[in-house]
Amino acid sequence: MTDLNTLTLAEARDKLRSKDVTSVELTQACLSAIETSGSLNAFVHNTPEIALEQAKAADARLAAGDASAMCGLPLGIKDLFCTKGVPSQAASGILEGFTPEYESTVTQNLFDAGSVMLGKLNMDEFAMGSSNETSVYGNAVSPWRRGNEDTPLTPGGSSGGSASAVAADLCLAATGTDTGGSIRQPAAFTGIVGIKPTYGRCSRWGVVAFASSLDQAGPMTKTVRDAAMMLEAMCGHDPKDSTSVDLPVPNFEAMLTGDIKGKKIGIPKEYHMDGMPDEIEALWAEGREMLKAAGAEIVDISLPHTKYALPAYYVIAPAEASSNLARYDGVRFGHRASLAAGDGITEMYEKTRAEGFGHEVQRRVMVGTYVLSAGFYDAYYNRARRVRALIKKDFDDAFAAGIDAILTPATPSAAFGLGEMTDEDPVKMYLNDVFTVTVNLAGLPGISVPTGLDHQGLPLGLQLIGRPWEEGDLLNTAYALESAAGFVAKPGKWW
Amino acid sequence: MSIDKDTAARVAKLARIKVEDDALPALAQEFNTILGFIEQLNEVDVEGVEPMTSVTPMRLKRREDVVTDGNQQEKVLANAPDAREGFFAVPKVVE
Repeated sequence: MTDLNTLTLAEARDKLRSKDVTSVELTQACLSAIETSGSLNAFVHNTPEIALEQAKAADARLAAGDASAMCGLPLGIKDLFCTKGVPSQAASGILEGFTPEYESTVTQNLFDAGSVMLGKLNMDEFAMGSSNETSVYGNAVSPWRRGNEDTPLTPGGSSGGSASAVAADLCLAATGTDTGGSIRQPAAFTGIVGIKPTYGRCSRWGVVAFASSLDQAGPMTKTVRDAAMMLEAMCGHDPKDSTSVDLPVPNFEAMLTGDIKGKKIGIPKEYHMDGMPDEIEALWAEGREMLKAAGAEIVDISLPHTKYALPAYYVIAPAEASSNLARYDGVRFGHRASLAAGDGITEMYEKTRAEGFGHEVQRRVMVGTYVLSAGFYDAYYNRARRVRALIKKDFDDAFAAGIDAILTPATPSAAFGLGEMTDEDPVKMYLNDVFTVTVNLAGLPGISVPTGLDHQGLPLGLQLIGRPWEEGDLLNTAYALESAAGFVAKPGKWW
Repeated sequence: MSIDKDTAARVAKLARIKVEDDALPALAQEFNTILGFIEQLNEVDVEGVEPMTSVTPMRLKRREDVVTDGNQQEKVLANAPDAREGFFAVPKVVE
């Protein structure tokens, strides 16, 4: 019998229904896989007791015939989600020791559906990073390696622990969050599927805030079908998040017909970047051919403000972060610096934040503070918000012209080695998000699908961008692409 | 626009993050790199474009104006580094 931890969500669901396995067995298989996965540093807080308790409850529900699709399936949860009674640190020193008294809406939705939490997953501190190298827990490591080298590679970021855990079969699937590409880039780097839904689909309540107008949660899974199953359980209207949309949640899985005949797929010319590796261009061209062969019509389009997305993002996201992270002041939760005699409250704030925040977080909070400060607010922040409106209009125009989905590369390269970007200036690292960040600025759904390997044997992914609220149609196009690409590669086990 | 050491110190102060003097020049240099990248936005014609306030046009939902939560003092204080007698405790702020 196959190792149970290597199953997809859909396979495990079917085996639970046919009584071939129990949730407890699935959960124990994952817990065993996690135990020997220390060198990946993906799971950072393990919750085996909670997992087994939830698995037993799920088995009871399954036996009673009262179970939804996600019932009994063991998942990893990104550390950004507040989980009641379980450390939730956003991979930051400033939230050392914080154990929430409440549950995030997304995790509550998954638990209500009967899913099992195996533990909390590594990530970049406050989701700020593209390589999982800013975490207080240390780097998460990809299960993939370049050929026969043993250089540790990044699983991407910020949802690096989630990507590593799913790719290494430590869990059947994981939650992620995406502010500028933090689900889609790590999914592409590790050969898995990741979808960021339309802004407002998933409640942000109980998810540690980075940039509130951009943040969205989503699933990171082994297949498109799994993404459809898990997304349906995660999303839904929540009165506790005022930007949560009150729309019915479709049965996304039922929309996976694989039929994309007559769909118009846009290819934006601005995504041909200077210096992009030939392998990425070739991957993109293959993706176009696959969709065309499946009956879609390929249309060249223009999204003229694309090149301004990253600079606009690096004004808006730090500005919102500087405001959101003001709450970490050593008063209500987390770390407080020890004070010297005579230190007042200002010294307490300054020392606490200097000790608790890592370097990248400090840098972004200060950049945000600067662009919001008197005299610069109009020149930076308001200008960036105007440019954001133009970026969204580019997409609106494309969709109004009849485009159903847009195909782009997911990342400008395959995964790089941990530490290889350390000496570069921060902007170089930011370029990782060049293809994904536009989607957050426009609030659209985007999905990363693995479609090939590079010359070193590392996974590469393509991104599909859909119309707002049409995740079902987007997932179906992704399903057609996944079926055509037939990506089955897995990392060889070395950990 | 170039950020000098004094501006970096002022921003750090506004952000309530203690930065040692000897770290300021490097910080100023990083700001300049990032702001240099952001300067590209000046190329865009934004005449007549409203700054985006909501990516999806939506009205905030209304609800009945009633108390829906409360009486959770213990839970609110449970994670505080220093809580005393039902309050958050901080260094003296009033002379």
